[in-house]
Amino acid sequence: MGITEFALKNQPKETKKLSLICFSGDFDKLVATFTLATGAAAVGYEVNIFFTFWGLDAIKKKQGRAFVGKGFLPKLFGFFMGGLGSSPVSRLNFCGLSPIIFRYLMRKRNVATLEELVEAAKALEINLYACEMAMHILGLEKTDFIHEVKDVLGVATFLELSEGGRTMFI
Amino acid sequence: MTFVKTKIQLSKLKPGDILEVLLTEGEPLQNVPRSSREQGFNVLEVSHVQGNVHRVLIQK
Repeated sequence: MGITEFALKNQPKETKKLSLICFSGDFDKLVATFTLATGAAAVGYEVNIFFTFWGLDAIKKKQGRAFVGKGFLPKLFGFFMGGLGSSPVSRLNFCGLSPIIFRYLMRKRNVATLEELVEAAKALEINLYACEMAMHILGLEKTDFIHEVKDVLGVATFLELSEGGRTMFI
Repeated sequence: MTFVKTKIQLSKLKPGDILEVLLTEGEPLQNVPRSSREQGFNVLEVSHVQGNVHRVLIQK
C-alpha cells in the first residue's frame, strides 16, 4: 500500500459538512461559492455559508445600488457596493460591462446564472449566516438581508457550526 | 449544476414518481445517474434519444 493510499484510508472521518466563508462580493467568486455550495448540498452535504464584509452584498434584499445601512458613510458605502445584481467581476470588470457579458454568456451556454444559483441554494435549504462584526461596521441590520438568512453570527459560533467538516474561504 | 437542478425537481415529487431528465453528452450524463443512485433514488433507464441527447429516468 502506497503512502497516499495509506493516508487516505487512515484519515479521520469527516462528516458530510461544508462551510464556506464568503468574504468576496465579486461576481465570479460568488458564482464559485454558490456552485460549490449547491453542488455539495445536492449530494447530501450540510452546507453553511458565512457571509462577511463584501460578501454581505450577495444577501442584501436590494440587489441593485441602494442607500442601505445606518448613517451617512455606511449608506454611501452601501450605494457603491450595491447588491447581488451589481457585483463586479474580480478582473477585467470594464466599468461593470463584464458581469453583463458573463450573464449573457451563462444564459447562452445554458449554465446557471448567479441568480439561479442563489435560488437553488434557497431551495436546497443551505444555511446562510451573516457576520455580526462586518454588519456592525457597515451599519447593516438583519432586516436588510433576504429572509433566508438564518442568523447573525460571530467567529466562535461559526467555528462551532463548521466543526467536523471542511471549511473554505472564498 | 445539472444534478442540483435534478435534485430540486426530485424534491418536488412524491415517492414513486418518475422524473425524466434530458441530457446532452458530457460530464452530467455520468454524474446525474451516479449521484442519483448515491442519493438513494432508483435510476430506471439511461437511453439515447437522438443526436447527442440522452434520457435518464429517475424514480423517487
